[in-house]
Amino acid sequence: MTEAVRSAMRSGLFRQVGMLARRSVVRTLRQPLMVVPSLVFPLMLLSINSSGLASTTELPGFPTDSYFAFALAIAFVQGALFSANSAGTNVANDIETGFLDRLSLTPLRRVALMLGQLSGILALGLIQALTFLVVGLAFGPGIEAGVGGALVIVALSLTVSLAFGCVGAFVALRSGSGEAVQGVFPLFFAALFLSSMALPRNLIEIDWFQTVATYNPVSYMLEGIRSLVITGWDGEAIALGFACAGGLAAIALVAASSALRTRMVRT
Amino acid sequence: MSRAGFWSVARAVGWRNAHNWFTNPAMFVPSLLFPLFFFMAFAGGLSRVDSVPGFDYAAGYTTFVYGFVLLQASAFGGIFTGFAIARDFESGFSRRLMLAAPRRGGIVAGYWIAALVRAAFTITIITAVALVAGLAIDGSAVDLLGLYTLAVLVNAAAALFASGVAMRLRTMQAGPAMQMPAFLILFLAPVWVPYDLLTGWVQAAAAVNPLTLMLEAGRGFLEGDPIEVLPAFGVALLLTAVTMLWARGGIRSAERVA
Repeated sequence: MTEAVRSAMRSGLFRQVGMLARRSVVRTLRQPLMVVPSLVFPLMLLSINSSGLASTTELPGFPTDSYFAFALAIAFVQGALFSANSAGTNVANDIETGFLDRLSLTPLRRVALMLGQLSGILALGLIQALTFLVVGLAFGPGIEAGVGGALVIVALSLTVSLAFGCVGAFVALRSGSGEAVQGVFPLFFAALFLSSMALPRNLIEIDWFQTVATYNPVSYMLEGIRSLVITGWDGEAIALGFACAGGLAAIALVAASSALRTRMVRT
Repeated sequence: MSRAGFWSVARAVGWRNAHNWFTNPAMFVPSLLFPLFFFMAFAGGLSRVDSVPGFDYAAGYTTFVYGFVLLQASAFGGIFTGFAIARDFESGFSRRLMLAAPRRGGIVAGYWIAALVRAAFTITIITAVALVAGLAIDGSAVDLLGLYTLAVLVNAAAALFASGVAMRLRTMQAGPAMQMPAFLILFLAPVWVPYDLLTGWVQAAAAVNPLTLMLEAGRGFLEGDPIEVLPAFGVALLLTAVTMLWARGGIRSAERVA
């Protein structure tokens, strides 16, 4: 294959990704019911938690004297869970309306379709991350890791959004139903609840809960973001956060691609 | 119109909705799992909170959280009824039901019976899980009667409120309008710590939140040391009466378009 042919294929792929990405971003941002709850609910929970659980900072060994700073990470991960729902719902909608069937009749490449679909989720994830960061800076004690830390928080938050977005897309492609995506949504929340969301793992008293939280990758996503807010540069926590989010994103992306291949073959 | 007409409509609507709920996993599973996850997450993840200076609930943190989850399950058992009503309006079933029912008040009563069945089932499961997880009930049988009566009143108020919203808006898109007020009232109460340990705006909100009284009374019943019983029942009865008027207005609104 000559360099000219490769270049032409690349430009074709980029064009396909670009067009689908534009559609995905515009479609996501045009739906206030997708954007607004994904910003409002995490902020509301953050506000209620930080007032309701402020007294827990008096527990011996609690890593900060501001529960708001401790709980800020929850908003990023909770926002990402909404991304999963949005991604899944959008993909399911494309299947239910026959848009995917029509696309399968064109020479569109699968990778372009996947990347394009996920662009809307990354755009939503970026809006969420920047909003939560601004709220955190405005009402909290600041980001301990500084400006560089804030950039890493945005990057980690986008990776988490991508991971859950891929899971949502996988469920939609496997089932082809928006109702199935909605049905899986509570399970995502269970993963958040059964993590080190409300207290650091070493302060969780109940053994089974501590074990579940230790094996739950969501704990490490939270702790990666949290470490940058309240501790500073903790290499282990950040690496684990990226590893868990990146690992989940990779597995879910492969699974979603496989499900897409199956669905395209059926079509 | 006879009283039998009212009850036959209520029984039929109640049975249909309870049957739909038990046989449809998409409705059944989330409404059971949500309170269970809340219970496990709070009782398990936050159990250390009972070591916070000033936490003075003798029955322990699991019991403290159970007091909240019980009222939460009761409230959402009622709120989910609103979803069922909205779905029935969207599918056209409600219009046919209103044409056929001799006493339309029986329709709301039927939906509430279904809400009560739903809440009773969810509460039974949560109580079983809580007992395994270490729920300590220090209250007497009379205290427990008071606790579960309070839960029934919360369920009724939530069901009547959601019915009123669903019958006015008649679309599933009214879901947030039913859920959000319930969510706010529930979480702007002393959920995780006693009122005295709340800080900031949440404490100010909890001070005027009617659920605070009911929550404190419920936890008092569980602890065997009832407090704020009369004000709590007064508020619960008042809420039920107000939401009953609200639901009646909803029926009138639905009748105009039926």
